[in-house]
Amino acid sequence: MRRVTVAMSGGVDSSVAAFVLCRGGDDCVGATMKLFDNGDVGIPRDQACCSLDDVEDARAVCRRLGIDHFVFNFSDAFRRDVIGRFVSAYERGRTPNPCVDCNRYVKFDAFYRRSRELGREYIATGHYARTEFDEASGRWLLRRPVDRNKDQTYVLYSMTQDQLAHTVFPLGELTKPEVRAIAEREGFINAKKRDSQDICFVPDGRYAEFIESYTGKEYPPGDFIDADGAVIGRHGGVIRYTIGQRRGLGVSFCRPMYVAAVNTADNTVTLTPESGLYGSSLSAHGVNLISRETLESPVRVTAKIRYSHRECGAVAVMTDADALRVDFDEPQRAITSGQAVVLYDGDVVVGGATID
Amino acid sequence: MENRFVYADNAATTPVSKEVVEAMTPYLTDFWGNPSSMYSKGREARRGLDEARETVAAALGCAPNEVYFTSCGTEADNWAVKGGARYMRDKKGRTHVVTSKIEHPAVLRSCEALEREGFTVTYVNVKPNGVVDMNEMKNAITDDTAIVAVMLANNEIGTIQPIAEIAKLAHERGALMFTDAVQAVGAIRVDVGELGVDMLSLSGHKLNAPKGVGALYVKKGVRIAKFLDGGGQERMMRSGTENVAGIVGLATAIKSAVERLPDMERVRKMRDRLAGFILGNISHTIYNGDPDLRLPGNLNISFEYIEGESLLLLLDLAGICISTGSACSSNSLEPSHVLLALGLPAEKAHGSMRVSLSHLNTDEDVDYIIEKLPPIVARLRAMSPIYPGDDKQ
Repeated sequence: MRRVTVAMSGGVDSSVAAFVLCRGGDDCVGATMKLFDNGDVGIPRDQACCSLDDVEDARAVCRRLGIDHFVFNFSDAFRRDVIGRFVSAYERGRTPNPCVDCNRYVKFDAFYRRSRELGREYIATGHYARTEFDEASGRWLLRRPVDRNKDQTYVLYSMTQDQLAHTVFPLGELTKPEVRAIAEREGFINAKKRDSQDICFVPDGRYAEFIESYTGKEYPPGDFIDADGAVIGRHGGVIRYTIGQRRGLGVSFCRPMYVAAVNTADNTVTLTPESGLYGSSLSAHGVNLISRETLESPVRVTAKIRYSHRECGAVAVMTDADALRVDFDEPQRAITSGQAVVLYDGDVVVGGATID
Repeated sequence: MENRFVYADNAATTPVSKEVVEAMTPYLTDFWGNPSSMYSKGREARRGLDEARETVAAALGCAPNEVYFTSCGTEADNWAVKGGARYMRDKKGRTHVVTSKIEHPAVLRSCEALEREGFTVTYVNVKPNGVVDMNEMKNAITDDTAIVAVMLANNEIGTIQPIAEIAKLAHERGALMFTDAVQAVGAIRVDVGELGVDMLSLSGHKLNAPKGVGALYVKKGVRIAKFLDGGGQERMMRSGTENVAGIVGLATAIKSAVERLPDMERVRKMRDRLAGFILGNISHTIYNGDPDLRLPGNLNISFEYIEGESLLLLLDLAGICISTGSACSSNSLEPSHVLLALGLPAEKAHGSMRVSLSHLNTDEDVDYIIEKLPPIVARLRAMSPIYPGDDKQ
C-alpha cells in the first residue's frame, strides 16, 4: 500500500485523482497548496476569495472520501520561483510558461518534500499523463495519457527520475468525460466546475497590468520597427508583447503585422508580416532529459514549442552540457523565447528545455 | 514514554470545563425562556443573565452595567474600535486612530475599515521584544486621535503591553483607550481600574467557556456608537436575544479562571522548563518575545531551516497540538505579522512554533514534548536543502 499525498486544487481532475487512488486501496491524504493571496496578485481582497473557495471544495471532496485534508502554504516559494520568474522573463522580452515553473519548483519540489516529511513517499496529481518504469533502460518514463486532448506532459518535462518514481498520475488512463462522469456520480461539489483557463494568478489574462502593479514599475513606450530597423509606429511598453501577437498592437498597417521580436536592449519591438514569423531551428537551455541519459548525437523526435502547439518532426541534439538544438522538418510559426520545447519519441517524453 | 495527546494550543481555544457545562445545562434544558419576557419563564433566564453580568463585572473589577455581552472576542474588538472611533468622529470631529503593528486581525482589519471611511491610522512599531515603542506611541497620539487600541497581551508571542501608561497618554489627549484582553483574561490579573482603560474585550472560549460568547467592558460615562440595531438588548447598544447559556458559561469560567490565577505560576515554570530545554538542546533556535513581560503559558520559538507547517504536522502525528507562525489556516497565508514586526526575517518567522500551556497541562505533557520535539526537528532539518549542519552557527 502506497502512502500518497494527493495535490488537490479543488478542481474536478485532482478530486477524481484522489478518488481513484482511494478506491485502488492506496493510503491517501489530500493537500491543497496556498500559492498566493488574492490581494497580492491584484484580485480585490474583499472579493469572495476564489482560491479560498477552491480550498473549501478540496476539503469537501476529502470529507466525502473520508481522508484527511491539509493546506500547505507555499506562497513564498510561489512568489519567488513562479511569479518572480514570470515577471523577470517578461521584463527580458520573453514569454514564460509559469505552469512549468510551478511544477518544477513548487509541486514536484516543495510539495513533494513536504509529503516526504510527513512520511508519505508518494505524491499524486490530477495531471493527464502516465509514468512507467522501463526495465531495458532502467529509467522512469513519462508518457502521454490515454486522452490525447488533455495531454499535459508538456508542462511536466522537468521531472527528475526521483520525482517520476514517486509520483502517481491516476488520470493517465482516463478521459476527461470519464473523469467528469465519476465526479458527478460521486456527487463531488465541483463536478460541474469549469476547467481552469489562463494563468492562476492573472485570472483576467491582463499580464501587462499584473506586471506593472506587481513591480510598481512603468514600462516606457518605444518604437515598432520593421525587419530592416525602420520605425513604423509606437509601442506601449515591451511587456505588452509576445512573439506572434497580432492583436492589440494599437497601430493599423496595410497588411497584417505580427510581433517577431521584443528587443529590451533598445526598447523596440520588431514587427513582420506573417511570413517572417517562421523559423526552422531553435536553441534552448536548461535541459532535462527523461527517457535517456544523454542526447550527444542527433536523434529524431517530434517537438512541441508551446502547450497548444501541434508537434512537428525534428532532429534534436545537445550542443553542450545544458544546451539543445532542434531543427524542424518544416518551418514553425512563432518560436518564442521563454517557452519550453518538449521532445517526444512517440508517446514518450524524451526531455525538454527553455527556448533561448 | 507512551503516546499521549498533549493539547498545547490554549491560545487558539480551550476545552469547555465540566463545571461550565454543568452551569450552562439548566439554561438549555429548563431556563430556556427569553430573558426579556415578563413572565416567570423569562425571569428565570433573566436571573441567570443578571448574575452572570455581576460575576463577570466582579472578575474585571467593574460595575455590572459596564459589561456588554457579545458573540465573540472579534465582535467586541470590532465594536470597540469602530464604535469608539465613529462616535468620536461624529461628536468631536476626531478622525485619527492609533494602534500597534502586532494587534489581532480583529483590530487591524477594523482599523483598515476605518481608513476606508476616511480615518487615518497610525500603526505604532514594537521593540524587538514585542513591547510597543513608547516614544513612538507618545508622538503618535494627537489632539485629533479618537481612539487608541493596543492589546493587553499578544496572541502569538504573549508580550504584555504597558496599557496603563498608554491609557494615560491617550487620556492626556482626550482620546479613548481600548485594550483587547482576549488572551490576558484568565492568564494574568486583569483589573480595568488598574489598567485605566475605557474599553476592554474578552472571549469565552479562551478560558474554558464555549465558543460563541464574548464581552466588552465599556466604562460608565464613555459613549460609543451602538453595534447592532434591534430590540434594544444590552442597554440598547447591542441588540439580539441574549445567548443566556453561553453567557452563564462565560461567567462560570471567568470566576474559576480568576480563582486559579495563583496556579499560573506552575504553568510559568512548565513553560520556562520547556523553553530552557529547547534553547539548550536544539541548535539554530530563536526565542521570540520577552521572557518576563509575557503570558505565563506562552512560548514562541523559531527553528531555523524548518517550515512551521511541517513541524506542526509532524507534532500532530505524535499527538501534540501547537501552532505555527505561518498559520496553516486556509485564509492566513502570510508569515506572522507579529514576528515580522519584531524584525524577524520572513524565513525565520516561517519556522516558528507557538506553545500555549494552560492549567490543564502537566509536567508529563512537557516531558512528552521534550521527548518528541528534538527528533522531529532533526528529521526535518535532515531533509532540508538549506540546513548547514549542527556545527556551524
